[in-house]
Amino acid sequence: MPALFDIRDLAKVYRMGEVEVHALRQINLRLDEGKFVVLLGPSGSGKSTLLNIIGGLDVPTSGEVIYRDTSLTHADEADLTSYRRQHVGFVFQFYNLIPSLTAVENVALVTEISDSPMDPAEALKLVNLGERQDHFPAQLSGGEQQRVAIARAIAKRPAVLLCDEPTGALDISTGVIVLEALERVNAEMGTTTVVITHNAAIASMADRVIRLADGRVVSVEDRTEKLAPRDLSW
Amino acid sequence: MRITPLNRKLFRDLLAMKGQAIAIAMVVAAGVAVYVMYMATFTSLQRTQQAYYQRQRFADVFASLKRAPLRVVNELAALPDVSVVEPRVVSTVTLDLPAFEEPASARLVSIPVNRRPLINDLYLRRGRWIEAGRSDEVIASEGFVLANKLNPGDRIPAIINGRLRQLTIVGVALSPEYVYTIRPGEMVPDDKRYGIFWMDEQALAAAFDMEGGFNDVAIGLAPGVAPDEVIDGIDRILEPYGGLGAIPRSLQLSNWTVQNELNQMQTFGVLLPVIFMTVAAFILNVALTRALALQRPQIAALKALGYTNRAIGWHYLKWAFVIGLVGVVIGTAGGASLGSAIIDMYNSFFRFPVLLFGVPVHVVVESLALTFVAAGAGAFTAVRRAVAVPPAEAMRPEAPPRYRRSLFETPLIARQLGTAGRMVIRNIARHPLRAAASVFGIGFAVAILMIGFVFNGAIERLIVTQFWEAERQDVTISYVEPHSSTAQYALARLPGVMAVEPQRSVAARIRSGHHDRYLAISGVSPTQRFKRIVDRGGQAIRMPPGGVVLSLTLAKVLQIKPGDVVTLEVLEGHRPVRTLEVTGIVDDIMGLSAYMDITALHEMMHEGNVANGALMLVDSAHEAELASTLKKTPAVAGAAFKRAVLQSFRDVMAANMSLSIFINLIFAGIIAFGVVYNAARVSLSERSRELASLRVLGFTRAEISLILMGELALLTLVALPVGGMFGWGLAAAMVHTIDSEVYRFPLFVTRQAVAMSFLGIIVAACVSGLIVRRKLDQLDLVAVLKIRE
Repeated sequence: MPALFDIRDLAKVYRMGEVEVHALRQINLRLDEGKFVVLLGPSGSGKSTLLNIIGGLDVPTSGEVIYRDTSLTHADEADLTSYRRQHVGFVFQFYNLIPSLTAVENVALVTEISDSPMDPAEALKLVNLGERQDHFPAQLSGGEQQRVAIARAIAKRPAVLLCDEPTGALDISTGVIVLEALERVNAEMGTTTVVITHNAAIASMADRVIRLADGRVVSVEDRTEKLAPRDLSW
Repeated sequence: MRITPLNRKLFRDLLAMKGQAIAIAMVVAAGVAVYVMYMATFTSLQRTQQAYYQRQRFADVFASLKRAPLRVVNELAALPDVSVVEPRVVSTVTLDLPAFEEPASARLVSIPVNRRPLINDLYLRRGRWIEAGRSDEVIASEGFVLANKLNPGDRIPAIINGRLRQLTIVGVALSPEYVYTIRPGEMVPDDKRYGIFWMDEQALAAAFDMEGGFNDVAIGLAPGVAPDEVIDGIDRILEPYGGLGAIPRSLQLSNWTVQNELNQMQTFGVLLPVIFMTVAAFILNVALTRALALQRPQIAALKALGYTNRAIGWHYLKWAFVIGLVGVVIGTAGGASLGSAIIDMYNSFFRFPVLLFGVPVHVVVESLALTFVAAGAGAFTAVRRAVAVPPAEAMRPEAPPRYRRSLFETPLIARQLGTAGRMVIRNIARHPLRAAASVFGIGFAVAILMIGFVFNGAIERLIVTQFWEAERQDVTISYVEPHSSTAQYALARLPGVMAVEPQRSVAARIRSGHHDRYLAISGVSPTQRFKRIVDRGGQAIRMPPGGVVLSLTLAKVLQIKPGDVVTLEVLEGHRPVRTLEVTGIVDDIMGLSAYMDITALHEMMHEGNVANGALMLVDSAHEAELASTLKKTPAVAGAAFKRAVLQSFRDVMAANMSLSIFINLIFAGIIAFGVVYNAARVSLSERSRELASLRVLGFTRAEISLILMGELALLTLVALPVGGMFGWGLAAAMVHTIDSEVYRFPLFVTRQAVAMSFLGIIVAACVSGLIVRRKLDQLDLVAVLKIRE
């Protein structure tokens, strides 16, 4: 199976005043097409930094990230914008919906700028929100807002869906519904999905679990037995 | 002194929002600057004027007459409340200044030789007083001397009562009577071609056959006496001697002009700062409301620590006061330098011994008070709302903003709008008051800029109406004495003269009930070849054969309408008194004017084709030759060449208007910039998370800029027509204060004036938009997604 991302000797160093912070050290990873990947690790383990680099929000200090056949390492600002625009779907911890736009308009925001998008209403149906498409964010619950965010992320048919603590701001039952939406997208559309979380329970629904600590990969686990979100034990 | 932690917080918070704080402070500064500029100039000018009038004993009543024997002085002095009477001989003569082709003229005013005048005393700047028995010595007015670069000892040829005489300047002086010197009948002063010469009483009387008599008188009244009561008595005494009607100090041309300037300054000095301060209060409110929303956790923490609502409220009110204080400091300095520029300009029009600019303490105190009221009012609701939130509530993030579809979004429009358009429209609809405040603020910037351009356009219109439509002649001649039509034929033979039209006007008092005015009645020929009666739109009015046509201003003063009758008391010749029907009222640009058919005028005066002046069409190739001939023609008292008059008119107006347009441009720029910048910063602060999310989703910088800038562009676009209306109203209000009996200022809002002001504001809005756009480029995409607002 071809690799969607090939990450080689990736390192990221931040300068915080006088101190150098090594957020990532010598990461080597392969992320395959169509997989559901969970990045696990405590705060400060570097998982968000890794996600940001994969998502084209940040560039590494050294090493290389190859997306399909293209290197993201030397991409400039405009290249990264276009990469995000065409290939990446983002789901944020705090949803980041545009409060002045309805659910369907939030999805349309993305479909308007992509090449072969889904119908926004279709995308909302996929996350079981077809009925609520004309509601404004303030009229939706947290879980519903997150599902709108997922619909917005997948509507452009991205190659990869990057989710940063997608259930972090939600209670268990709502979190399950959101994870079901992610699972469905991964299964039905074949979208490679990367979820970062510090909730180890979510690992049970992944194809591959990558554990990070102190900027290094401590273990990579390929799983064959995937649990449904409903069966996860929190 | 120990700085409390709260005050330290105050300064750091202000530092953090320094861009907005400076923008608001600049709008406050603009208001303070206008106030200081006008009020300090007003006070400086008024104090100088009052001190000068008092020291030089400026007269209370002025009267001109044909000729009266000196014993009449005793009769005048015997009137109750009259304290001083100074009889004079006054005459206008042609000067033969070699530097000019066209003749210059001077007003000769007699002064006693061996004493100083009892009233209207001169302020001798240089040289000496005239010596007894020296009939060639004159003291010249400073404006004339400076404009012509003359010095004591210089000689000037003048045609006095038909004879060429050499006058020697022995002194340079100023007079409270001629603070503002203008040749009668002209619109702007021309110091090069018109001056005042003071001359020995005896010599002047001898030259004009006035020995033992006088033709002008200045009268001083007992303190506190209203001149109106005395004027009737003076008119009664002077009537048999060809009295032309006494006028109080308030109508004396020089004083009237200075007074009018003072009145205008006072009006603008109150009106404009109030507008500026209102705008400042609005944007302060918007900025503080947003800043305090960001401070919710801090307010909660302060409350939890035990700070009272009052202490926290005062802390945030101080934000506004500190910003206001910075505005007062900048504004006072700015106003002082603009005010001194205005005083410099006044010094070129008004002649005072010393006119210095100073900023009185009371003006600074008042501007401080005005600022604190505006800052307090602007901050009050923002602070109250923020402080009123209970502590636990304040700890939680503010509820997500509720949006609705705006009223504009019919399905058809919604489809057209696109996502960015919808975001813009809904954001505006969610804060309608804030949007209105921005529109109001930008609108006033448009208005202030527009005023300058409107006045510029009005002057151009005035020039066209006055110099091309109403008066089509090239040269206007006035005779020393009325002449028969033979003079006209003599003029026609002069070099370059192509056509001559005689002009006849007589001094008269026009009366209706108890309203009256002194003015010159102009005779109009039925053909109206050169001089025409035109309304303010430039349309010529047909002169009816009978009756009298009045200007609208005069009709208003006399409170009459067409068909009413007025009484005309002619002050020349056999002084006929007639009752005439008002056969027309013309809405013109001049002040008080009255016209009669020239034949009817001759009949009333029992005279043939008499004229006291002529209008001529000349070949410009021979203008120089004609001018030098006219200079040496004794019967010609004055000759005004349109080209020269127009040039000096334009010079004066250019000097005047460029300063005020420049000032308006600065102030409008500050307001527009302040309002747009503030609106953009607030919008950016509220939506940075939203915009950063869009960037993460793959939107380009240009695309998110469009959303933020689109909102500003829309507000600016809406503000333009609103501002156009404000500008029209403000210009109308200002024109109203100028509208006077001397001349009326036409209100012409030209397309060009509107376009220029719109353009100016669009540029200012773009500049502030671009500055804020740079902030968009600095959005931290990663950080903004992590924190929950």
